[in-house]
Amino acid sequence: MTTLANTMRSGPDERGHFGIFGGRYVAETLMPLILDLEKAYNDAKADPEFKREIETLNKHYTGRPSPLYFAERLTEHLGGAKIYFKRDELNHTGSHKINNCLGQILLAKRMGKTRIIAETGAGQHGVATATVCARFGLPCVVYMGATDVERQKPNVFRMKLLGAEIVPVTAGAGTLKDAMNEALRDWVTNVDDTYYLIGTAAGPHPYPEIVRDLQSVIGKETREQILEAEGRLPDAIVAAVGGGSNAIGLFHPFLDDESVQIYGVEAGGRGLDGHEHCASLTAGKPGVLHGNRTYLLQDDDGQILEGHSISAGLDYPGIGPEHSWLKEVGRAKYVPIMDDEALEAFQMLTKVEGIIPALEPAHALAQVIKLAPTMDKNQIIVMNLCGRGDKDVFTVGGMLGFNL
Amino acid sequence: MTETRIDRRFKACAEQGRPALVTFITAGDPDLETSSAILKALPAAGADVIELGMPFSDPMAEGVPIQLATLRALHAGQTMNKTLDMVREFRKTDADTPIILMGYYNPIYVREPVAFVKEAKEAGVDGLIVVDIPPEADDELCIPAMEAGLNFIRLATPTTDDKRLPAVLANTSGFVYYVSVTGITGSANLNATNVSEAVTRIKGHTDLPVAVGFGIKTAEDAENIGRKADGVVVGSVLVNAIKDSLDADGRATEKTVSAVTDLVSSLAEGARRARKA
Ligand SMILES: Cc1ncc(COP(=O)(O)O)c(C=O)c1O
Repeated sequence: MTTLANTMRSGPDERGHFGIFGGRYVAETLMPLILDLEKAYNDAKADPEFKREIETLNKHYTGRPSPLYFAERLTEHLGGAKIYFKRDELNHTGSHKINNCLGQILLAKRMGKTRIIAETGAGQHGVATATVCARFGLPCVVYMGATDVERQKPNVFRMKLLGAEIVPVTAGAGTLKDAMNEALRDWVTNVDDTYYLIGTAAGPHPYPEIVRDLQSVIGKETREQILEAEGRLPDAIVAAVGGGSNAIGLFHPFLDDESVQIYGVEAGGRGLDGHEHCASLTAGKPGVLHGNRTYLLQDDDGQILEGHSISAGLDYPGIGPEHSWLKEVGRAKYVPIMDDEALEAFQMLTKVEGIIPALEPAHALAQVIKLAPTMDKNQIIVMNLCGRGDKDVFTVGGMLGFNL
Repeated sequence: MTETRIDRRFKACAEQGRPALVTFITAGDPDLETSSAILKALPAAGADVIELGMPFSDPMAEGVPIQLATLRALHAGQTMNKTLDMVREFRKTDADTPIILMGYYNPIYVREPVAFVKEAKEAGVDGLIVVDIPPEADDELCIPAMEAGLNFIRLATPTTDDKRLPAVLANTSGFVYYVSVTGITGSANLNATNVSEAVTRIKGHTDLPVAVGFGIKTAEDAENIGRKADGVVVGSVLVNAIKDSLDADGRATEKTVSAVTDLVSSLAEGARRARKA
């Protein structure tokens, strides 16, 4: 396949860089493993059987393609652009995370690995990983920050039911970044049999590429579906960014379509003034963490800060390197949405469309709520509704003073 | 590169027919003043080479002992400026003991690598060990360090096979640090036979001294590993000794400095018993 010189979809380069971002910044013990993984992935990509296996599982296990739904009532309610939702919340396990897990577990099997480890924040990636491990009969260890274990109890129980071992991580603030450190420590110790199944489009090369490719099914389907429904491409696409996997999955197939505006929505938490947010692209600066160079929340001394978000899935002080690059070259805009705006959007969608979203895509929705009224009625927005809200009803109940 | 303090020190130990004792402490643990006092006391206790940890919020390759040491230092307000000040202070009274800064890339990256290596050199630093920057990224930090006159010491590990070893060794200077286990610092399961074979294998590729670390805990370990290696590195047990000497509120006591120096003395004796024929 030939790629045009001027495409924005050809990254990363052979050293894993998107512009200055990405790369492989890991301890020497892991370098040979990462090089092996890269080779195994390149082999798999070239193997039609690998592609066929993923497609079959996507269709019959996950329930793909997920619908592209015209949100008629919300469109009317907001009085501007037509709003479509890519309904990845209808996937088996309730979010986009399964798209990535199925592909990576097939890769792990090809590599002959017999033990799977993962990190999780909200627990959605942990649930998806535990699910595919059950499906393929592999033992699964999930590292989860102790704070997140507390605020995502339903998912913790799900993972246990699925047979996974949950290791609460007490280091740091006990959130996603600490879970990732601990998963890396496990991997460095168990180099022979263990596959590290990273849950977002971050980490050392080739993970950002692997996760993006596997999540791109979202954008590819969206493109076909919107062309079928409207006969043209959308004017804007919107997704929430934690580590950035659902967003890059939606964005990537549209990167070369100049007419499509791209919005990544970061967790603005309690506001960008202090440290209580996770808007690494808006308020952070480039640094190196978890194997890649990317925008990070950090102090002047290069110490990584603990972020805050109402949504555990967005509570990460970094961001996938391809997003850092898309920001720098100006192809995508990244905007913060505050906790209370997300909470309002969560309730609006529930009441107007009868869909309870996860708090992560509720952030994307809050941006849509701002954007749609500023656009013409014949314009089109597609938002990635990447997760359902079952896991969040306790948190939201608490915030709204409803005792569950 | 011209001869550095590290080169001279390994040569001197080799002439005495013994491995160098390389000791690690985290800068600022448990507080700046105590940490400086420990640093100053290390050479007399028997440390030949000093690794000074630059605390980082996310020490991915560290086991619990050094994670906790890092937290103690950061909670006490340690910064890179203070770490460099500790070295400047040390150099006022010790012109010979090599100091290697050890840590992670981000705190260096945010200060600009070229500016950092110059500042470190001027402060009296002799080498760098940066865990998360592999040879594939040598142009970013390793080459600037060499140009500033700092040794850039690389880790070779059990997963570094013969095919990869030349790349790892290419720009390494000072010594090679062999990580004796796949795992994090403070791991158990030190296997002297495997380590000895690995050291022989590495020596087949380089004339540099080879020091072994990750998992050396006792004077006996230092003796056993030191029979073959040119240096033995101890860290986790030293920061554990600091931890155990603290009072109930986590503050240093009058025993803190001696807790470390006593242990270093016994490890140094172990290393000396490895004296080769
Ligand atoms: C529903 C949902 N959306 C978004 C995210 C954030 O991850 P990413 O940015 O990789 O899509 C998560 C993470 O747990 C999630 O569960």
